[in-house]
Amino acid sequence: MSTTPITAPLAQVNRLRSLVDFYLTTMRTAVQQQFQYRAATYMYLVGMVAEPVIYLVVWSTIADQSGGTVGGLTAGEFAAYYIVWTLVRTMNIVFTPYGWEWRIREGELSGQLLRPLHPIHYDLAWFAGGKVPWVLFYLPIAVVLTLVFNPTFDVRPLEVAVFGVAVWGAYLIRTFNQTALGLICFWTTRVGALFQLYIVLELLLSGRLVPLTLFPEWVQTIAWFLPFRWTFYFPIQTLVGDLTNAELLGGLAMQVFWTVVGIGVFSLVWRYAIRRYTAVGN
Amino acid sequence: MTTLRVALLHLRIGVMNDLQYRVNFALQVLQSALALATGLIVIALVYSHVAELNGWSQSELLAVLGTQILMGGVIRMLIQPNMMRLTEDVREGKLDHALTKPVDAQMLVSVREVQVWQAVDILVGATVIAIALVRLGGDLGVFDALAFAVALAFGAVMLYCFWLLLATGSFWIVSMWFLPELFEGVFQTGRWPVGIYPQWLRFGITFLVPIAFAVTVPAEAVTSRLEWQTLALAAGFAVVLFAFTRWFWRFGLRNYTGASA
Repeated sequence: MSTTPITAPLAQVNRLRSLVDFYLTTMRTAVQQQFQYRAATYMYLVGMVAEPVIYLVVWSTIADQSGGTVGGLTAGEFAAYYIVWTLVRTMNIVFTPYGWEWRIREGELSGQLLRPLHPIHYDLAWFAGGKVPWVLFYLPIAVVLTLVFNPTFDVRPLEVAVFGVAVWGAYLIRTFNQTALGLICFWTTRVGALFQLYIVLELLLSGRLVPLTLFPEWVQTIAWFLPFRWTFYFPIQTLVGDLTNAELLGGLAMQVFWTVVGIGVFSLVWRYAIRRYTAVGN
Repeated sequence: MTTLRVALLHLRIGVMNDLQYRVNFALQVLQSALALATGLIVIALVYSHVAELNGWSQSELLAVLGTQILMGGVIRMLIQPNMMRLTEDVREGKLDHALTKPVDAQMLVSVREVQVWQAVDILVGATVIAIALVRLGGDLGVFDALAFAVALAFGAVMLYCFWLLLATGSFWIVSMWFLPELFEGVFQTGRWPVGIYPQWLRFGITFLVPIAFAVTVPAEAVTSRLEWQTLALAAGFAVVLFAFTRWFWRFGLRNYTGASA
């Protein structure tokens, strides 16, 4: 009886240590996998860069046409916005609902459920690890974009620090949102249409399509009450915009809030979803 | 003649196969509606800040959007599924089955798959173009309509060639899962008239990835701003590209070593 109070914290420490070890190993595996297929990874990134380059060209053209600025932004500021956009996008790549669709349809989940860890840890760790090669591959792209589009930057050290944290906040918010969406596959196994709806909302309300200030007032108000803006607009603005210290830290607090909400929704849906799982395949 | 009959037969089987899955039609309608809504919102947003983008009015840009959606539907219905199947067959060593058939291999690998429901995008694109035309005054000349159809056909041929060139790459680079994402990303440049892009990019999406020929040129035809030289250039480039693609396909084929047998 007397040993229980001693072993309990020890077990906790061991558990934590093995969790950390699991994360590090999974991340390392992800890094190695991404380097192994580097041509494929690079091509994927190039396809991804097309999106901001198009937005950037369109809005710079508009800014130039309307006498230098549109919505208070110059062509150089648009360039800065979309170049940072690309880094934020690289950092907030997460496991998509299509992955869950595949996992459930092919019966892959059965094996993962047998492990002593929740599958979400695997996704979090794997995509966190993937960011190392992705950001490395992104750097030359950033150099080329900077040379071509002449962005205007004015960055304070605190902004860089907050940016470093905010991209991970964006990663967590997106992970839990999209995982919660992916769990719908436990009911339908076809999540494509819903996911597209999510992506459209994100495009419009996160600052992914255009800086939110270009939208009419009422759209900006709606965006304030939703998680999307904290996954693109806020991290980008930490470097590009002129945020005060209060705004920077307040933004991080909002990211924490939406991460907690995301974890809550995800845990709740998971409880009901997992009861419905019937293994298909092996 | 046999070649054509085989191609049509394959298409018919593909269509019948896909028609079994009716729910996919509803899903496709929903997805097309979402994509269209996004496109329209972006255009509305742009023209809430300017009256004209690089000489294109809002209705004219609508015609560009319609053409891009239509062409995207053609690609995803007829071209992309075949090319992705080709890369998978190469990876899994299944291409042997196609190569041993007594018909032209390039033709065969280009007609084996069809995704019927993607035709929704073709209809949506055509509708958007029609609306754009009505808003532009609606007097489309016979010549413009003809030029539009011809330019569209050349564009489809060029994009087919481009896809086949990439897919042929799977004889050397085995992992090609990224192709749809890469193409989809680059194809989005077609949403805007090619003139707004900087010189180097304009060259890239005209001659490296023939999106300008496939989208902007037909859209120019339908908005009566196409010059006949452009159409002639499109025709010439289509022929050259097709010949090159055929040569490259045969060159790649010589590198194929079946992995199955």
